[in-house]
Amino acid sequence: MSTPRIRVPAAAKAGEIIEVRTLIDHPMETGLRRDARGQPIPRNMLSRFTASLDGEQVFAARFANGTAANPALTFHVRIEKSAELVCTWTGDNGQALARTRTPIRLSS
Amino acid sequence: MTHLSRRSFSGLFATAAISTIVAPHVASGQTRPRLVIVGGGFGGASASRYARLAFPGVDVTLIEPRTSFITCPYGNLVLAGARTIGNITHSYDGLKGLGVNVVHDWVDAIDAVAKTLRLRGGATVGYDKLILSPGIAIRWGALNGYDEAASEVFPHAWIPGNGEQTTLLRRQLEAMPDGGVVGISIPGNPFRCPPGPYERISMIASYLKKHKPRAKILALDAKEAFSKQALFIDGWNELYPGLIEWVPSNKDGRVVHVDPREKVLETEFGTKHKVDVANVIPPQSAARIAIDAGLANDTGWVPVNPLTFEAARAQHIHVIGDANIGQPMPKSGYIANSTSKQAVAAAVALLQGREPPASPVYFNTCYSHVGDEYGISVVGVFRPGSNGFVETPNSGGVSPRGPLAERREQRRLEALHADAWYASIVKDAFG
Repeated sequence: MSTPRIRVPAAAKAGEIIEVRTLIDHPMETGLRRDARGQPIPRNMLSRFTASLDGEQVFAARFANGTAANPALTFHVRIEKSAELVCTWTGDNGQALARTRTPIRLSS
Repeated sequence: MTHLSRRSFSGLFATAAISTIVAPHVASGQTRPRLVIVGGGFGGASASRYARLAFPGVDVTLIEPRTSFITCPYGNLVLAGARTIGNITHSYDGLKGLGVNVVHDWVDAIDAVAKTLRLRGGATVGYDKLILSPGIAIRWGALNGYDEAASEVFPHAWIPGNGEQTTLLRRQLEAMPDGGVVGISIPGNPFRCPPGPYERISMIASYLKKHKPRAKILALDAKEAFSKQALFIDGWNELYPGLIEWVPSNKDGRVVHVDPREKVLETEFGTKHKVDVANVIPPQSAARIAIDAGLANDTGWVPVNPLTFEAARAQHIHVIGDANIGQPMPKSGYIANSTSKQAVAAAVALLQGREPPASPVYFNTCYSHVGDEYGISVVGVFRPGSNGFVETPNSGGVSPRGPLAERREQRRLEALHADAWYASIVKDAFG
């Protein structure tokens, strides 16, 4: 799994709603498929995504078997002050597999 | 009485004399239906030729601004150096010889109520049925930074026009130093020629492998999957190992901004790819005349009746080729050719108060060259459905996969079949 990608504006006006785009490389194997020799391919799924601004959760998503490989999420958050956006991807086993920290500055 | 009858006689005679002189003109104006075809690509040329051969009682006029036609098919072989622009340029003389009235002008406006066209040269042309085959337009600016000036640096080479764009891209490839990076930006669906970008990657790779073996192709795609994908990727691995990197949208392949001055293609998540040469295949819509005439819906393409190709938004205007909404049929020259005949037959039947031909079948084959003596194909058979077009189940398919050692003869033959297909379709359209 590679570093997740985040796209947000570097700065926002107070009260502005910004678009956040995220993308992570992940195979999202359900455990139901078999390889060319008929052996089951082990399950390897992300199950949860959360986003917070300075510790306050602003967005969350659950992933399931129907979620495609390399899940991309786009959502919107309102920015009231300069804050750090933290995005976390969690695996099936409850372990956080990836985390990004992106500062968003308040513009005048 | 005698006097009167003599007057009557001379009067009758005079009337008769006038009608012999005037009759042919009156007859052609009133009884010979006027079929006008706009756009002399595969769709319009095929429609013109078929109308002339199948319906000799119909006047056929083809309006096309250019005096010769450069095909999109085989344009990628020009990039490879395997063909010249001259090899893929065709004249309208064959159609003229058949009696098609070919008018070289632009159509500036369509009046669907008066059933007239206004030409840029000033003339007004009336029609009883109009076949509109205008092709595509580039949505300039839909990709941030990509306008007409940008296309002089990053050619699209997607509408051949007079051949300049294809020639420009070829010259840039020739001028690029060995070790350079060729960026290719590929749009989301729908666009003209679904396998076209991937044949283009293949043909550029074929040139680079021979002349600049240290160069690379970086193909940035707004999609996650593409036409004949497994076959193309097999071919790339076999013929050009390590030369091509294809980046799908779910690996940040979607280009959102181009910067011709800095020679940068920037993707959705802010990755800036520096390139030496770039081919930007931009977002597209139906050609401008179809949009200006109000025929397109908010997708930018024209909804049509799948049996007659009459536009949903205007009577007596049948829209064929890349401009219409034909999915799951591809926007291909072959579909334009195949559907043009049903559109013409339906238009003439409706003019004569008959039912349009029932149960038509629309064929498509798209051949792609992957390398020298290496061709692949996809075949599809389609019919009108209750709501649009439907692919006939189990009718078509793609070339078989398999290692080149086992498939060499198949690939060699398909490359030859592709050449034969090209010669045939050009003959069917242009005579």
